[in-house]
Amino acid sequence: MNRQIVKLFAFVMVLFGVLIGFTSWWSVFDAEALKEKNANKRPLLEQQQIPRGRILAADGTVIAKSVAKGKGAEKRYVRRYPEGSLFGHPIGYSFVQFGDSEFEQFHNEELVGEGSEFSSIADELLGHAQEGNDIVTSIDSDAQRLALAELQEAGYGAVVALEPSTGAVKVMVSNAPYDPNRVPDNFSKLTNNNIERPLYDRASQGQYPPGSTFKVVTAAAGLDSGAITPETAIDAPGSLEVEGTPLENDFGQDFFGTTLDTALTNSVNTWFGQLGQQLGNDTLFEYMERFGFNAKPAIDLPEEEVSASGVFDEDGDLLRAKDPVDLARLAIGQERLLATPLQMAQVAAAVANGGTLMKPQIWKREVDPDGRVVETMDPSVYSEAVSEETAAELTTAMEGVVNEGTGTNAAIPGVPVAGKTGTAETPGNLACGGGENENQAWFIGFAPADDPQIAIAASVECTEQFGGDIAAPIFRDVAEAILNGEE
Amino acid sequence: MTSARNRELLALVPVAALLTAGFAAVFSQENEQLGNLSLIYGAYFLALCLATHIFLRIRLPDADPYLFPLMATLTAFGLVMIYRIDEGLARDQANWFVLGLVLFALTIQFLRDYEVLERYRYTIAIGGLLVLLAPRLPGIGQQVNGAYLGVKIGPLAFQPAEFTKLAIVVFLASYLREHREVLIVGARRVLGVTLPPLKHFGPMLVVWGASMFMLVFIRDLGSSLMFFAAFLALLYVATGRFSFVVIGMAMFLVGAWFFASTVPHVHERIDIWLHPYEDPQDSGYQILNSIFAQADGGLFGKGFGEALITVPGGGPLLPAAQTDMIYALIVNEVGLFGAVGVVLVYMLIAARGFKVALLAGDGFSKLLATGLTAVFVIQAFVIIGGVTRVIPLTGVTLPFISYGGSSIVANFVLLALLLLVSDRARREAAEPAGRTPALGATA
Repeated sequence: MNRQIVKLFAFVMVLFGVLIGFTSWWSVFDAEALKEKNANKRPLLEQQQIPRGRILAADGTVIAKSVAKGKGAEKRYVRRYPEGSLFGHPIGYSFVQFGDSEFEQFHNEELVGEGSEFSSIADELLGHAQEGNDIVTSIDSDAQRLALAELQEAGYGAVVALEPSTGAVKVMVSNAPYDPNRVPDNFSKLTNNNIERPLYDRASQGQYPPGSTFKVVTAAAGLDSGAITPETAIDAPGSLEVEGTPLENDFGQDFFGTTLDTALTNSVNTWFGQLGQQLGNDTLFEYMERFGFNAKPAIDLPEEEVSASGVFDEDGDLLRAKDPVDLARLAIGQERLLATPLQMAQVAAAVANGGTLMKPQIWKREVDPDGRVVETMDPSVYSEAVSEETAAELTTAMEGVVNEGTGTNAAIPGVPVAGKTGTAETPGNLACGGGENENQAWFIGFAPADDPQIAIAASVECTEQFGGDIAAPIFRDVAEAILNGEE
Repeated sequence: MTSARNRELLALVPVAALLTAGFAAVFSQENEQLGNLSLIYGAYFLALCLATHIFLRIRLPDADPYLFPLMATLTAFGLVMIYRIDEGLARDQANWFVLGLVLFALTIQFLRDYEVLERYRYTIAIGGLLVLLAPRLPGIGQQVNGAYLGVKIGPLAFQPAEFTKLAIVVFLASYLREHREVLIVGARRVLGVTLPPLKHFGPMLVVWGASMFMLVFIRDLGSSLMFFAAFLALLYVATGRFSFVVIGMAMFLVGAWFFASTVPHVHERIDIWLHPYEDPQDSGYQILNSIFAQADGGLFGKGFGEALITVPGGGPLLPAAQTDMIYALIVNEVGLFGAVGVVLVYMLIAARGFKVALLAGDGFSKLLATGLTAVFVIQAFVIIGGVTRVIPLTGVTLPFISYGGSSIVANFVLLALLLLVSDRARREAAEPAGRTPALGATA
């Protein structure tokens, strides 16, 4: 029988070998794939065990923090947002059951402390618990608060304020806001609210007809390409036949022999319409792209949660220079042109920064749990949109708008302001309830005009008022708050 | 042959160290600072092991020196894992460990002449099978996950299958010792296949019937598989006919296939095994989370007490972590390396157990040692294989590690029988030739 016993033993060894093989497969070789499985709740639950880093405003105001619940292996961290709805946009939320959004999602790796591969392996060997890094943003909490309050008075919409020289985001608000703390309890309510759309960040995702604010881009293209100079005079009749329909100025006013300053100050449609036709598709599209159109903004927000700006066809696809467009109407911000408030803030910021567009960034620095600065935001150039000379000429023209044109409500006593109003008629807009008199009101601009510290776009949906009346005051107050805060 | 016992004593030292270190690790995880309680537990455990060792020194001086330390290693490891899951469960387990040692000592004390078992083989077999029915009896039977595995009389609960496995091994060892010659000689070749003689094979068919019966009536796929595999192992060792094993396996598969398509519980188990992702939140939850826990462990594991067993503020993440799923938790906490260590201990037990069988002088001792070792390691294979998706997941315990009184106690009786066989075999092997070799020693 001994021979059989030895064979049986060998067979048992093979069986146990199979067990070791399968254990190795699950625990090591197939482990990464298993962690990706939807049914596997462990990675999420484990993330919950990591104290996620805090998110702070520039002044140290705590925007998001993690609080511990439970003990031992049951211990987990839950996100808290002490300021409620103030920073709901653009910070977003992060909850295990509901996922994450916006800034929280984009900066997830730093916030859970997965920055460097080496240090995390070392930590694991040393038994250090993983801990996330804090991120300080450049958001000015006072200006953010003011912008949200004024916007809530005015209507749905968004305000974006950028520091022209660095691209730092100082203000980014969207109305209607939401309180991230309420996400776990009201998730379906928040997602299904199709009227207010509180989870939708109008600042980075909302696509609106920019109206006359786009004339800044047309003017920039005209000046920088050499098609016109500030002295070039164009005859702009009160009404101009374009592609079968008349393009009209406000009150049908004629502007003969007019130069850029006057045309921009009075927002003369036929003047810019003709300039657009003169420039042609290629030139206009090239300058649009230099200002950031036709691409998703290079901001630190998830790609799915930011929208590109540009001319869209019926299917929502971006049109390119080769596609046929109504140039005259595109030049005054009509056609099928849609822009996000963030995009229009970038236009103002590029002009303010001597023609150089910086990449907009919300974060300012990453700080580890011991208080050491891990990394600081390094401002980087998105594009050289126009020459310094062109930028200076545009600034002069935009100052005229605020000093004596449609944007006088944006004036700040003692501070030179440059800007441009915009009022796009949006009759029958279902988002506004389908009324016939609704406008998309805009103001973009920067201050001080001679030493720009802040560039802002304010946009209000579904209003019967004009950009100069409802958006310009928001610009003025937010700009003032930011300038005062920096003194 | 006191050197054997000295080696046993030496081997117990790392066991006590392992237990102390394990408890210390769990303590430091849960209490931030280290109490001296871990040392006290370690000391208790070492004292119990020493007492057992001294008892063995007196009663079975020649028995295999490694079997007891190896099993104590598993028990110590199991205690640490269970303690890490729940302090109360660990206390129960420790009590059962003591009870197991008592039964271990009693078995050695009163069954020195274990041949008496042969005389009562039919009584033992019928008793073992009858006790299996108990879980279906109204009032005392318990159903767990669709299988009738447990009996509860007042505060006393136990799983009869753990004891039935001993009864079946004793019966088969005895029956095969007597009939192996005729099974070999009487075999006929039919169409090129060697068939056992029907007349002597009758009782063997009863074992097959019992396995099928367990499948249908008790719905215990795991025990059924374990018993039948042990039966095939013994049949093979006794007759040397591989064809018998193939025929037996075919019979089992046909029966299992038939019942898998008619008994919903069995069918479901196999379905889950093949397609766990079809219902990941319900039927596939346990096996999937077993695998996810192993993936979470990786090469070195998360450390004692670090793995997640329950969803914070919710249900279990690793259901039945202290019993069926304990191997998954081991992989999770001590990684592939720790788990391989555990499997190696089972391999060493297999090696020592089969060594006992090789040394044993008479046929009954040989078959008994083979059967006991086989049923023990097959049980380990069935549950580890289930947890790692090698075979369908069934509810048997991981011997000496899983939480469960019946399992601990029955396995200590198993160990006692193995040591009894070993003591005699090694003494006879050491004695100068003079006694006639017992029947079957030359096969």
